[in-house]
Amino acid sequence: MAAFSLLVTHAPFEQQYAFSAYRFVRSALNLGHEIKGVFFYQAGVQNANRFQAGHSDEFDLYAAWVELGTQFAIPLNVCVTAANRRGVINKQDAIENSQQGFNLAEPFAEVGLGSLVELMQVSDRVIQF
Amino acid sequence: MSAKSVGIINTTAPYGLSNGQESLDLALATANFGQEVSLFFIDDGVFQLVKYQQPIPEQGKNYSKTFPALTFYDIDNIYVCEQSLNARRLVLTDLCIEVIALPYEELSAHMMQLDHLMRF
Repeated sequence: MAAFSLLVTHAPFEQQYAFSAYRFVRSALNLGHEIKGVFFYQAGVQNANRFQAGHSDEFDLYAAWVELGTQFAIPLNVCVTAANRRGVINKQDAIENSQQGFNLAEPFAEVGLGSLVELMQVSDRVIQF
Repeated sequence: MSAKSVGIINTTAPYGLSNGQESLDLALATANFGQEVSLFFIDDGVFQLVKYQQPIPEQGKNYSKTFPALTFYDIDNIYVCEQSLNARRLVLTDLCIEVIALPYEELSAHMMQLDHLMRF
């Protein structure tokens, strides 16, 4: 059995990448592999935006990530620099920047790029989507 | 914990996309955390290294100014695809730092030896 981490660099909806990343995690877990964590970078940080409000007859990727994060305790790490540049901010950022709302919340966590390096160190493979 | 070897592959030109700037941030962070970083510039990615870039602010930050500092992060394995340079009428003296130009077959051989690869 192998230890995987995922690097997600694309936003949901426009492109298939993030959906494929989610399916990879599910499949790997079903086959008994270990997922050390998912790291969201570049446009991938949009996966952590809880203000996504899609149609009810479409797959809700945000809810699916949240379920993965809570049910399987998989770290969902979001690069803080990439996220803040793209308007994805947590409660603390909102207070510091005098913003009324915030759209990044648990189980997603704001982290630095060093967190991706930590995932690289404990993973046999890092798969990018 | 032993250091991993990490290859970061750049395939897109600067300014039109954020790829180059964000991959450079990742390269510096990875090196800061003690990993062995190799950089690859392929296809339009070779344009990132061209000398004398002068973007206006609306076009993005001139992150090419950071390339000469890579050596202070112990990032010295910087590979450029020979065919990609030739196809764009670029020569090594057009680039802002010293790099190793190799045909793509040899670049692949280098990549095969690395623990992790990321593409931007």
